[in-house]
Formats: sequence, C-alpha cells, structure tokens
Amino acid sequence: MIPEIGHFALILALCVAIVQGSLPIYGAAVGNSALMAVAKPAARAQFLLVLIAFCSLGYAFAEKDFSVLYVAATSNSQLPLHYRLAAIWGAHEGSLLLWTFILTLWMFAVTLFSKHLPETMRSRILGVMGLVSVGFLLFMLTVSNPFERLIPAAPDGRDLNPLLQDPGMVIHPPMLYMGYVGFSVAFAFAIAALLGGNLDAAWARWSRPWTTVAWCFLTVGIAMGSGWAYYELGWGGWWFWDPVENASFMPWLAGTALIHSLAVTDKRGGFKVWTVLLAIMAFSLSLLGTFLVRSGVLTSVHAFATDPKRGLFILMFLAVVIGGSLALYAWRAPRVGLGGSFSMVSREGMLLANNVLLIAAMGSVLLGTLYPLFLDALDLGKISVGPPYFDSVFAPLMAPAIFLMGVGPLAQWKKADLPDLARRLKWALGVSVVTALVLPFVMGKWTPLLSLGLLLAIWIVTTAVVTLRERLAHVTGDNFSDRMGAVSRSYWGMLLAHVGVAVFIVGVTMVKGFETESDVRMNVGETATIGGYTFRFDGTQDVVGPNYTAARGTFHVSRDGRDTTILYPEKRRYPVQNQVMTEAAIDPGLLRDLYVSLGEPLEDGAWSVRLYHKPFVDWIWGGCLIMALGGALAISDRRYRLARRKQEPAVAPSTRPARRKVA
Amino acid sequence: MIWLAFIMAFVSGPVWAGEAQPLGDDPAVEARLKHLAVELRCLVCQNQTLADSNAPLAEDLRREVREMIVKDMTDKEIIDFLVERYGDFVLYRPPLKATTTLLWVGPFVLLTVGATVLAITLRRRARRVVDAPVTDEEHRRVEQLLAEGGKRS
Repeated sequence: MIPEIGHFALILALCVAIVQGSLPIYGAAVGNSALMAVAKPAARAQFLLVLIAFCSLGYAFAEKDFSVLYVAATSNSQLPLHYRLAAIWGAHEGSLLLWTFILTLWMFAVTLFSKHLPETMRSRILGVMGLVSVGFLLFMLTVSNPFERLIPAAPDGRDLNPLLQDPGMVIHPPMLYMGYVGFSVAFAFAIAALLGGNLDAAWARWSRPWTTVAWCFLTVGIAMGSGWAYYELGWGGWWFWDPVENASFMPWLAGTALIHSLAVTDKRGGFKVWTVLLAIMAFSLSLLGTFLVRSGVLTSVHAFATDPKRGLFILMFLAVVIGGSLALYAWRAPRVGLGGSFSMVSREGMLLANNVLLIAAMGSVLLGTLYPLFLDALDLGKISVGPPYFDSVFAPLMAPAIFLMGVGPLAQWKKADLPDLARRLKWALGVSVVTALVLPFVMGKWTPLLSLGLLLAIWIVTTAVVTLRERLAHVTGDNFSDRMGAVSRSYWGMLLAHVGVAVFIVGVTMVKGFETESDVRMNVGETATIGGYTFRFDGTQDVVGPNYTAARGTFHVSRDGRDTTILYPEKRRYPVQNQVMTEAAIDPGLLRDLYVSLGEPLEDGAWSVRLYHKPFVDWIWGGCLIMALGGALAISDRRYRLARRKQEPAVAPSTRPARRKVA
Repeated sequence: MIWLAFIMAFVSGPVWAGEAQPLGDDPAVEARLKHLAVELRCLVCQNQTLADSNAPLAEDLRREVREMIVKDMTDKEIIDFLVERYGDFVLYRPPLKATTTLLWVGPFVLLTVGATVLAITLRRRARRVVDAPVTDEEHRRVEQLLAEGGKRS
C-alpha cells in the first residue's frame, strides 16, 4: 500500500510540475500576476509530494518489503537499517528519485529565500526548475519506476553491492547530488534572466550565493567520494580519473569558472554573456554526468547502476535541455549590454584568462572521457584513456591557472599596472621559488614535479599573505583585530578557498613524491618496515559481522620501539552476492597515513599484505574542505544577510557553522 | 614461483619476529613491474590498473610481465608484446596515432582557441565600450554599501 502511495505522489508531483513549468512562465511573459503567483505554492506542493514518495520508498526499505522490485534488487534482510536506507540511492531508480527530491528541495529553498526578487524573476526561476523536474519525473514514471512491484514477492533481496556498504554511501551521494542539482538553481536564474532580458548586476548578485552553496556541496561531495575510494577500494589511490569521477569533476570545473565569472558580473557588470553560458554549461554537465553514469555507456567502478535501455530517454532529455537553453542563449544573449570597460591586464582580464584555462581543462577531461566511446562507436578501435593521459594534459593547463590565482586578487579592477604588480609580488615570488627549490632537498629527494607542486602551493599562500596585508592596510580600524574584522567575509572566504587549493596541492605533491609501498608476505610474528614504521603481523581472527564474515588481521605498529597504533584490516566475504571485499585499516595523521590492506591468505596463516606510508595524504581532502569552508564563509557575508534579514530570519543551513566560527 | 614461496615459508616461518619477505624476489624487477603496471589496464576489471587489481587474471598478467622483465626485455618490447596480444585497450596512455591525434592535441587546441577568442573579443570589446556606464541605481547601491560598511567599522 505504502509504495502505491509513493507512486501516486510521483504522478501528482508530475502534474504539479507541469503546472509549475508552464503557467508562471506564461504569466511572467504576459504580466499576469495571478498566474505568476502559482509558482510558489506549486513548488512547495511538489516538494511535499516528492518527499512523500521518497519517504514511501524509505519505508519499503526499512520494512524489507521485497515485493517492491527495486527493494528486492538492492537490499537484503540481513542488511543493517542505515545501509537499507542508504540503499534508496544504491542503484538507478532510487538515485533518480534522490535527484528529483533534491531538485524539489532546492526549489523549496528558492521559495523561502526569494522574497527580495521581483515576482516575474521568481516565477520564471521556479518555472524553469519545474520544467527540469517534469523531465525527471517523466523519466521515473515511464522507464524507471522505483515503486514497481514484484509479484510474487522475493523471499529475500539480492543485497546492496558490498562495495557500497560503507558509511560513505550514506553521505557521499546526497552531498554530490546537492551540488549537481544545486547548479540547476544557477541555471534557472540564467534562463529566467535570458527570458526576461534583465541580465544585469542584480541578477548576478542574486544567483551568486546559490551558485556558491551548490559549489560547496559539490566540492565536499567529490572530496568524500575520493576519500571513500581511498579507504574502500584497498589500493590506496585517491583519484582514478574514472569516467564517473570525471562526470562529477567537469561540473565542478565549470562551476568554479562560474563562481569567478559571477564575481565580475556582480562587481563590474562585465562578462554577462559568458557568465550565462557558464551557468548553462555547469548544469548541462551535471545532466551529462547523470547520463554518463546512468546510461551504461561507461565501464567503471561505479557501473553498479547502469542500464542501457534508459540511455535514450536521458539523451533526448539532455538534447532538449542543452539544445533549448543554447538556442535561447543564441537568441537573447546578443542583446545584452557589455558592462564596464577594462584592459587586458586587469582583475577582469585575469579572471577571464583563468576561466579560459578552467574551461580548457574541463574540455580536456570531457574529451578524454568521451573519446574512447566515440572511437568505439565509430568502430575505430578500443582504447583506454587513463590517469597517464589526464595527468599529462591536466597539469599543464592548471599550473598557469594557479599562477594567475595568486596574481588576480592583487590586480586592480579595470586596469592593472604590470610593473607595479611585479613589484608587489616580488618577495612572494622569491620566497616561493627559493623554498620550492630547497625544500625537496631538505626532505631528501628532488624531482622537477615535486618542486613545481611546492612552488604552486607556496605561491598561493605567499600571495594570499600579500593580498591580505594590502587589504588590511586599506581598511580603517584602530587595532589589528578591528581591521581584521573590517575585511568582509566574502573576502576572507576567497582567501580561505584559495589557501584550500594550496593545501590540496601540498597533499597531492607530497603523496606523489614521497609515498612508499611494499607488498610483503607476512608470517605471524614477522615484521615489515616502511617509512620508518615497523608493522608486526599478529595473525588473523575470524570475525562475524551483521551480514558478512571476515578474517581480521592484527598489526602492531611501532616507531623507534614505541607503539604507534594497532591496525585491524579485514578481508570480508559477503555471502549474499558471494563477494570478497578488502577493508583497509588506516591510521590517519596530519603528516602521514599508515595504510594496511590484506591480500590473499597463504599457507601457515601467512598473508600477502600491502603496506603504504602516505605522507600528507589527508591534506588532499583537508584542502577540499577548506575550499568549501571558504565558500561557506563567503555566503555568510553581511551583504547577503542584509538582503535577507529584512525578509527571512533563517539562512541556508550550510552557512551556519562557518558563521558561528567567525562570529 | 610457488615452490620458491614454499622454501621462503620454510626458511622464514619458524623464525619469529623475523623480517617479512617481499612478494617478489628481486626488488629491481618489482620496481620495473610497478612502473609498467600503473600504465596498463586490467582487462577484466571495471576500470583498474594492472598494479591495483587483485583479479586472478591481473595476477597472471603481472606474472607474465615479471617473467618478461626477468628475461631482460625492454619496456618497449614488453609493451609491444602486450599491444600485439590485447590491442591498444591495454594501454592507459593511448599511443599517438591517426585516430588519437585529436585526443592528444585537443586540449591544447582548446586552450589556443580559447585564448585567441578571448584576445579578439577583448580587443573588439575595448573598441565598442566607450566609457563605463555606471547607472544611477548602481551609484545608489555603492553609496548605500559604503555607508553600511562605514557604520560597521
């Protein structure tokens, strides 16, 4: 009964979405405020309906209702409750429902925080989001219904893929989707502005916080996915340039470009046309990501949720959304004004150059991801495009972008003076170059890449210090802390996010340069030493988990005779799907991770064991979190709060922690 | 290989708190294997390198590559052998040839085109924009924001 309620709620949601996608947009076009007024209640009703559907599916999972096909396919009676609930997005149909649910959640947020928008704008935004929602609901109801019944009911479910039975599964997909789908708001703002012809600085100011929030979620979501792969897949890597990772990384690159471009549109009224295009691009790439993951055209570690039949629908949907919005763009964009003038050497110019680099990088990732598919489709042979390709293409494109990242914030708007910039940056450059050259020697190994990575990281930090110093000199205040307080939060946010990139680069560089690994055959009682740490293998024990059995190894780790930690890596067998999973054991640390994963059992209780010493690896995710925190800090800026305080007491949840921290 | 492991087990087994033996017997061979394997695809896996995979077929292929290294074949000979047998699919770094030219030059073409379009647009734009048109509304906003900022500090 409950699943039918969910199904029915989806049908109703589709009806509401159709109304929401048509009447308000028409109303805005003809100036009928009664029609426009439909948008808000419709969006809220839709949110409620999809929430009901979502909860119904959750209920079916919680109650182990194996007469629902999807539940029977992705869950099992042995599966613990939190994984049963996470199994809602464990495969194709439920992921789509999560997508739609998050879309309506964003819609609901728009209805809450849009009182300051003109009514035509608001109704167009909600209308566009309604149209997107129509596509997804229609998709679910026609070819991908999560509520489909299985009669007679299965005695038990086929279980969630053991790879996904991890706390990461509970939080990573929702975060990632919050980011993906969040770009739909930026997209809706852009389309609404194109429809209304009011593409101006105010539009940029309104859509900026939304875009930043989505970007923060996406950043955290990607970082979590990467961290999850690091500890779950058992070979200690953190990024594989897997097509599905690329699918989430491309919107991130476009979104990053968008944030910077929006800053210019907001502050200087320039780049409007380009900003709109980026907004369309970011969301289109999110849709493309969905297509890539869900259509089954990719073979990847994420291919647990593929089905080629549905590809056609998504492809058509993609064509309509991207084609439609680009057509609208081509029609309306040329009428947009230009904004203020600026010379090539100016903050605008540098931001634009950075945008070009980011988009070129995004294009390369796209090219590398799709190229094998095209070759295969054209029968020109099967090739693999993997990490060596992406590394060699991506790094040269990002290095100049990061260099510009240091210069940009120091350059004046409109027109900057190169000799003057060079003078202000000379010590930052000197310190960076010298440190980058010397530091690797101190650490005992010098390679060009190591030096380059450190150079970029130190460059970001030193230029951030210069930027902050100059900024502080320009604000008024009696003492240092007053002046610090007078610098706006959005500025702090920018600096923090940039420093996050530096932290990230340090992590990547150090891990690449100094990680050590060792594949050993360990008898009980034997030791192996790596990175100065001695691992003693104390044998394995059989462990019974809720839905698996495992061999759990015990490793005593010591350094210079002193105990560091005890690690318990596991080799689990999940009987339902008869899969063996490697659960690595990690001792995380600020300066290094120790990582042990069990290979295969050998004779006499010995095991093949893989040991890693990974210096600074946690900085990779730390850097991402700092970036996201920077974004959160930027949206807590008072100019956004001022606009809101007049209307709404509440703020978006993600801004809260950051605010408390600073206040 | 297996009997070697047996001997090792026999030799090192009873010695408690001894040093564990590396899986491969020659560290130099293992280093070269690793160097090669990170750029090779495990053919039966979803998307994993030969170095990372634990699949039995990957294990076999690693053993073969190890044997070729021991036979003192060069990296190029080994890769040619693998491509001969499995096709370009086995390489994570696609070789540069007619069908992959676009793949390799694409990113830099993108960058060049982007930079050129940027330069041309900016130049054309500079000619069209005579003066920065700051509207009254924007002026008012600036005043308002400055006033707010002043109040705070």
